[in-house]
Amino acid sequence: MSHHELDARRLLCPLPVIRAQNRMQDLLPGDTLEVICTDPGALYDIPAWCRMYGHEVVDTQQTREEVRITLRVCTPGDKP
Amino acid sequence: MLAARLMRDQGIHVEGINFFTGFCVEGHTHAIRSSKQDKPKRNNALWSAEQIGIKLHIVDVIDEYKDVVINPKHGYGAHLNPCLDCKGFMVRKAREWMELHGFDFIVTGEVIGQRPMSQRRDTMPVVARESGAFDRLLRPLCAKLLPETLPEREGWVDREKLLDFSGRSRKPQIALAASFGFTEFSQPAGGCCFLTDENYTVRLNDLWTNRRTKDYELDDILLLKIGRHLRPRPGFKLIVGREEGENNFLNGYRRDFTHLFAVSHAGPLALVDGIANDADLDFAARLLARFGQGRDADKVTIEIHARGAAARTLDVVPLHRDEIPESWYL
Repeated sequence: MSHHELDARRLLCPLPVIRAQNRMQDLLPGDTLEVICTDPGALYDIPAWCRMYGHEVVDTQQTREEVRITLRVCTPGDKP
Repeated sequence: MLAARLMRDQGIHVEGINFFTGFCVEGHTHAIRSSKQDKPKRNNALWSAEQIGIKLHIVDVIDEYKDVVINPKHGYGAHLNPCLDCKGFMVRKAREWMELHGFDFIVTGEVIGQRPMSQRRDTMPVVARESGAFDRLLRPLCAKLLPETLPEREGWVDREKLLDFSGRSRKPQIALAASFGFTEFSQPAGGCCFLTDENYTVRLNDLWTNRRTKDYELDDILLLKIGRHLRPRPGFKLIVGREEGENNFLNGYRRDFTHLFAVSHAGPLALVDGIANDADLDFAARLLARFGQGRDADKVTIEIHARGAAARTLDVVPLHRDEIPESWYL
């Protein structure tokens, strides 16, 4: 299990979701991905996408400048 | 949303595909502008898919879509909207996805006569043909008004349970949504694309004219959605944030653009798009000062960060409103 980061700063909805979706496909079950965004819309969209595919939202943090959402990859078969 | 729900009600497994072209209205504008805090900052396609309990695949088609916008075989609508080419493109992409993932047919929410270009009785077959989907393209909301498709002939779908909506009115769709218990639904009038927006397309045409090439990058088309755009002369323009959300967004582009902002008074950030010499930048400083809280001051200090040069500050007299012709606003 390993931790990865995805810089989605400056990207606007739904690009952070698309980037996260594509990156998650390359990770293994149990891996975590921390997505860093400047679009607050990601706070809704990425968890919504995770619910759809069964991925886990481990943590969300929001500051004035950016949003950090940490996801854990679900088991194979549930992947998009 | 309605078409997918109709299919699910017939026991058919449905998954959604949402194509992101870069010109989508909702997510970006609501996310950027602080004044739109009341609008939900969510992607409507994701939200809709969740409501009906299907998976959604969001596909980035930004690069491929350029050819649709730049060279539409069927031309533009009222503005720079290549609706018929766009529909053909998206159904083609859906057809490719269907074939790759082992699905059997494509469903859209189109209704005959709903849109003046891409949803007419004579253009709907064009979409089916040019996309290569042919009779694997089913429009459940108006299927009874159209020839039978493969899923109907094969008995995968019961034609009797399909609908016969037509025309521009959305009342039947709204009534159907109510019957499904949908109390909220996304943009019902197709106004989800900036290419149908007159102000936006003026800016896009201006970009092409001034760059002398009909092309764009993603950042170009995103920035056209943001701020005031003023072109005092050919060759360069200013993009000036209108409020905090836009200024925060423009801030992210500071490294890539010559930019300026007031340091003596509160005010917006401005990006300079194009090539501006020192005299242009001095003038841009006066113009920018007009949009900050120092607009009526005798002097405003502006910090100018030209690309590849050291920052400099300049004391300027703000332009008077009368010195800014309407024609500069894009």
